[in-house]
Amino acid sequence: MSFSWTRVKAIFVKEINDYRRNRFVMVFTMTLLPLILIAAPTAQLLAAPAVAASSQLDARVGVSLLYLLLVPAIVPSMVAAYSVIGERDQGTLEPILITPIRREEFLVGKALAVLVPTLVVAYTIFGVFLAIAALFAHPDMRSAIFAGSHIPVQVAFTPLLAGWSIWVGIAMSARSSDVRVAQQLSVLANLPPVAIVALIGFNVIPPSTGLALGLAGVLLALDVLGWRAVAAMFDRERLITGARGWRAPATGAALRVRGRRRSESGPER
Amino acid sequence: MAADWGAVRASGDLEPLADVDHSNGQAALVVEHLTKRFGDRVAFDDVSFEVGYGEVFGFLGPNGAGKTTTVRTLGTLIAPTSGSATVAGIQLSEANGPAIRSRISIMPESPGLYLRLTVTENLRCFAGLYELDDIPGRIERALRAVHLLDRASDPCGSLSKGLRQRVALARALLNDPAVLFLDEPTSGLDPVAAHDVHELIVSLRERGVTIFLTTHRLEEAERLCHRVAILNTTLRLLGRPDELRERLFNRTLEVRLRGSLADPGQVFGGLPGVDGWEGSGSGGYEVAVSDPEVAAPSVARALVGAGADILSLAESRHSLEDIYLQLIDEDVEATRR
Repeated sequence: MSFSWTRVKAIFVKEINDYRRNRFVMVFTMTLLPLILIAAPTAQLLAAPAVAASSQLDARVGVSLLYLLLVPAIVPSMVAAYSVIGERDQGTLEPILITPIRREEFLVGKALAVLVPTLVVAYTIFGVFLAIAALFAHPDMRSAIFAGSHIPVQVAFTPLLAGWSIWVGIAMSARSSDVRVAQQLSVLANLPPVAIVALIGFNVIPPSTGLALGLAGVLLALDVLGWRAVAAMFDRERLITGARGWRAPATGAALRVRGRRRSESGPER
Repeated sequence: MAADWGAVRASGDLEPLADVDHSNGQAALVVEHLTKRFGDRVAFDDVSFEVGYGEVFGFLGPNGAGKTTTVRTLGTLIAPTSGSATVAGIQLSEANGPAIRSRISIMPESPGLYLRLTVTENLRCFAGLYELDDIPGRIERALRAVHLLDRASDPCGSLSKGLRQRVALARALLNDPAVLFLDEPTSGLDPVAAHDVHELIVSLRERGVTIFLTTHRLEEAERLCHRVAILNTTLRLLGRPDELRERLFNRTLEVRLRGSLADPGQVFGGLPGVDGWEGSGSGGYEVAVSDPEVAAPSVARALVGAGADILSLAESRHSLEDIYLQLIDEDVEATRR
């Protein structure tokens, strides 16, 4: 049986339907949190002094856009961290794992269901920010935003950061035993790329096209590898019982698999 | 329930869930020396049995006996420690997991529904996971089978526990499984809801669906299953309920008289088919017999001849519960020793 986009779609549609009716996700994660994150850059934008040096304006723009990059860095990690352990907690994971779905399909479906709303929210907020800048910002500030490479960088880094954040969140979710722990760990794991972007934004690391391309390349590689890495960490038996299961490649013939276990504890029955 | 299937068939516009013969001349399940350990703890050990196509097979055992772990192992959710199995004609292995899971269904003890989604949305998701064709038609037939068509648009969170169990059963029927595993399907249900589930299982049995039913409700197994196995880490017994009774218990006649016999030995001794007797309270006797049909008339004649007033005379029927308790008692005794 090969990789099935039908099964990916089934997971994706189910997740989107579930989000739509989940008040916490809709109100807090997808609305309030982005609004909070857009407030600070908007304030930065509008509070810029009428007369300021070009370098100061660039710094202000960098900080503003850094805030906006927190949306793809933080929002998806919160949701992705719930994706596996949350299903287990509400008892819906076992029925899913009983179906023919492969772990790669399950993970891609989950990841896309987080990525798509994240991109919608992040790009919408960025669009609102640009509209405010175009309409209300000081002309020098406006030209600093629109003239530089900020917009393409923001557009390119949003999905790359979101991809990293999602795989980290799902990885934590697949290995944690508690939703809150998974969410906290995944937010922590998202700090390094955000910190690098922050250092660039504050000119601690001098921004350059080469640096941006390099960083984007690393993130892209991590996003692609993340899928495989998380799939390798995804163990049906461990998720169901807490013990490790099929580890060796199947030999095909009559089965004599000896599962290596991480703990001595078994399932209830 | 059978009538409902008939009604579906007769309606012409809707086909019932396909009555497919999955057999190919093989058993639906072949399990050979299957063992699962979690560290030092043995979940089940050296379990072997076969289940034929169209059979309802009861898998009984106390809590912690290894029933659910066995189901999860056969469903490729858990790797066995040793042994082998063939599920729906496919050798159990990790590589064959998707193929096996596409041919079976497991209804876990907990329905595991998405409570914010409607019944139809839940089923549509699973139909997609099985890559089924004619998804609306299949959902309609599955819901019709469990009498939930009128609740199709309701969020699952608004359903009672019994109705959620029915949705889970509809979900398990979507892919027309070669083997349907039902893991304690009536656990936690009130008697009415449990009765509804029993009726559904009976209707599936009449359609020839192969069912592997784990339960610790003995009357459930006795009523629904062609054969039962009793598991308490190891497989303790396997057979038809009546076979198990005969294997474990002497056949006896229960006699109740208005008063005690002065000399029971004189009355019961030497009667054809009577192997022994013992008193069981005032005027009560348990008479061990080799063949109740031969012994009962002679016992009745002897009692009348002795001037006894017979209140009742009947073959004692040991229930599956008696068998089960006897086995569990033996295991407890063995553990103490």
